[in-house]
Amino acid sequence: MQVTISLNGTPVSREIEPRLLLVHFIRETPGLTGTHWGCDTSNCGACVVHVDGKPVKSCTMLAAMAEGHEVRTVESLEVDGVLDPVQQGFHELHALQCGFCTPGMLMTGRALLDENPNPTEHEIRTAISGGICRCTGYKNIVAAIRWAAEHEAATKQGVTA
Amino acid sequence: MTVVENLPSTKTERPIGFGRLKRKEDARFIRGQGRYLDDIRLPGMLHGAVLRSPFAHARIVSIDTSRALAHPNVAAVITAKDLETLGLAWMPTISYDTQAVLAGDKVRFQGQEVAFVIATDEYSANDALDLIDVEYEPLPTVVNARKALDADAPVIRDDKAGQTDNLASPTWEAGDEEATNRAFAEADTVVVRDIIYPRCHPAPLETCGMIADFNPETGQLDIYNGNQAPHAHRTVYAHVAGLAEHMIRIQCQDIGGGFGNKVPIYPGYVCAIAGSIVAGRPVKWIENRTENLTSTGFARDYVMHAEMCAKDGKITGLRVDVIADHGAFDSTAQPTKFPAGFFHIVCGSYDLQASHVQVKAVYTNKAPGGVAYRCSFRITEAVYLVERMVDALALEMGADPIELRMRSFIAPEQFPYETTTGWTYDSGNYAETMRVAMDIAGYEELRREQAGKRARGELMGIGVSFFTEGVGAGPRKHMDILGLAMNDGADLRIHPSGKATVSISAQTQGQGHETTFAQIVAEELGIPPEDVEVRHGDTDRSPYGLGTYGSRSTPVSGGAVAIVSRKVRDKARLIAATMLEARPEDLAWEKGRWYMKGDPEKGILIEEIAQRAYSGDELPEGMEGGLDAQVIYDPPNLTYPYGAYIAVVDIDPDTAHVTVRRFIAVDDCGVRINPMIVDGQIHGGLAEGIGIALMEVLTFDDEGNCLNSSFKDYLIPTALECPDFELGETVTPCPHHPLGAKGVGESPNVGSPPAIVNAIIDALHATHGVDHLDMPCTPARVWAAMQGRAEPPQ
Repeated sequence: MQVTISLNGTPVSREIEPRLLLVHFIRETPGLTGTHWGCDTSNCGACVVHVDGKPVKSCTMLAAMAEGHEVRTVESLEVDGVLDPVQQGFHELHALQCGFCTPGMLMTGRALLDENPNPTEHEIRTAISGGICRCTGYKNIVAAIRWAAEHEAATKQGVTA
Repeated sequence: MTVVENLPSTKTERPIGFGRLKRKEDARFIRGQGRYLDDIRLPGMLHGAVLRSPFAHARIVSIDTSRALAHPNVAAVITAKDLETLGLAWMPTISYDTQAVLAGDKVRFQGQEVAFVIATDEYSANDALDLIDVEYEPLPTVVNARKALDADAPVIRDDKAGQTDNLASPTWEAGDEEATNRAFAEADTVVVRDIIYPRCHPAPLETCGMIADFNPETGQLDIYNGNQAPHAHRTVYAHVAGLAEHMIRIQCQDIGGGFGNKVPIYPGYVCAIAGSIVAGRPVKWIENRTENLTSTGFARDYVMHAEMCAKDGKITGLRVDVIADHGAFDSTAQPTKFPAGFFHIVCGSYDLQASHVQVKAVYTNKAPGGVAYRCSFRITEAVYLVERMVDALALEMGADPIELRMRSFIAPEQFPYETTTGWTYDSGNYAETMRVAMDIAGYEELRREQAGKRARGELMGIGVSFFTEGVGAGPRKHMDILGLAMNDGADLRIHPSGKATVSISAQTQGQGHETTFAQIVAEELGIPPEDVEVRHGDTDRSPYGLGTYGSRSTPVSGGAVAIVSRKVRDKARLIAATMLEARPEDLAWEKGRWYMKGDPEKGILIEEIAQRAYSGDELPEGMEGGLDAQVIYDPPNLTYPYGAYIAVVDIDPDTAHVTVRRFIAVDDCGVRINPMIVDGQIHGGLAEGIGIALMEVLTFDDEGNCLNSSFKDYLIPTALECPDFELGETVTPCPHHPLGAKGVGESPNVGSPPAIVNAIIDALHATHGVDHLDMPCTPARVWAAMQGRAEPPQ
């Protein structure tokens, strides 16, 4: 079957098997291997992308179901050479080690801040609890998302002022 | 690799040398630009999938691959018969056993490799697995290590000549049995416990896999494979496949975690290589999560009986008898002379009168192993045992568990200290580290809080553990793996512009080597770390060495890089002397330059020396041009990091759910090269320790069916199960390491499970009489213990 999915703002059309998972569709697109696969059972969250702005585990969705929807991946976070505050926070606070869960954590963190710009520690922990990180023990991921929230707030305040 | 742009950079954030330098490798990872195995696509690449046994023990009557071969997208199907013609049907394990690459005669564990399909794409390869018809004749199984040596137990390894039972290796001993008997005879208090360290799994988020690309024209084999010891793997492939070692190149790319799981060579790897030889094209094989959990690299599975004694309020003796469950093939990761790894460090941090340890290993119808899940060769099992026993003893004596430890510690003035099982601990001040942990925890206040809660019917526990690890294997006079000395090479080149490339054999799986090793060169030579490229993960472009596990990167490769930097510095001194028309002994070093002792203004920068070394200008008499050096570092001893951990838990009296409310970890890993990375390592290991203590376990039913074959059943802690870890440190430099560093990656995994279990028992002993509990402490098991009917895991 033929599907067309908007990937990071660019329509991508391809002939696919109906059973193809969205995560595989994305990863087979040149330059978009940042979305990872880690478990088969939708437990690990390494494959989280945004579908119409909501965080979705892309191994849980068929590519065919994304037809006509707007999909964004980790590769879309940096705009014109400027990192997203969540990306920057992860670097500042050592919130990644092997880097395999990182794209999913970044997209989950981004979605949280879009919905709740000032989350508490517990709200952050709850938001990322659909994902597994084997390296960091989450402490620095929580701190990095908090860092991003504070820096975004400061930037916005700067703009208004 | 450049440091991430558009970030604030101040001098303190960019130390030239040791300090909290942000990681160089982050730049690609935060942009989704890491290059992991599955991100690599070679032209003409085929995809492999493994057919696995549904039975834990069965004779193979027949295998019919004709329907699979008829699939339009299938290129080949390989079975044991095909491998026999290539001489690849069996492979050696790390422990001098043999393991079937594909089962021919019978299957010996559920999930064992039976056939390998190669197809044009992953979906088709998996479809074709359903088209292979295998007829099995099921056999009786044995899954419980305690029953493996029963007379009526089926013999699993009838492939081995003369094997008439399930003994995998004869009893191995350490310590002094007679002296231990005397210590027990003289003791006033004795405690006895049967303790299980259950089977669990490192489960890195990226599973294991390989791309093999054999070129029949040239005989070159290119391998892409995230493994923890690329040079050692290359040597083994040369032996196994009969290929010339210099014609094999292994590239490790980025690795999505290892934790010991990526140390061994697995049948799937050999199948990928055989597949590429057969198909004449690159073959990619990547295991799915179930394959990862059920067939590759489990850890632990030690069934332990222990007795500990005390006299006059001090621990005096320890007696331990272990049955090690290696599964169907003994592929335990350990140095050759140590069939139980470093388990005999079980005498712990205490000044014992005597100890005696014996370990025997058995085969069962379970997946082969085991690997050291973030642990230096069975030290996790040892520390768990001794720290549980000390608590049991404290309970028996009515003593505070910290007080008993303090009374029994090896004292600072006793170092170097020879333990009763033969280790030479080099340094330590255990009591000081324990006190720092108590201060951070507010130990006395916690005890008061606990008393108050107990009075109100609330269940709160405080658990302590104190560990000493032996890491950084190791000295060639003491140890090797498969005959390979556990030494590491380093190759440092200072280029004419003063920039540097250092090549190392250690293999990062997330530990931040590109940053840490650049900092070592920076510290030794004064070259900014951003000007030092760390090269690793490619056997064609790095010196020989044994890889990263057993916390050995900093102890061994770190030592190598320090020494190779000093060699360069020594050569630079001679060149600087010529440039300054002085004698080398008249020069002094400060970071980045040699200068005249009496005239500090008169000096030469390292980049000026580098330029001179490659120029046409005069060099010292007889000296070759260039500024580089190579070393192979043979560590004189292991290093001995230690730490004091305190866990605070709350238990719901109605559901028996355990919450780790606080966790305090005070580590002494000697000098810290990058404290930020060290802290990160500790956080990660603590999370794994919480997982092992509370939820991670591989269990089996009587037929050998694995009951935890996905992340739905093999539970891993999320952000909600982990507290906001509280860290502290003491610094006792390792006296024999060139940098005074000791290694740290595994300490938190080693030290945390006993602290948590001790805390749970501390919560439940007074109210429910619980004096023992086996991991994982799930609500069901804790509830059963509260009712007085806890059973160990199967």
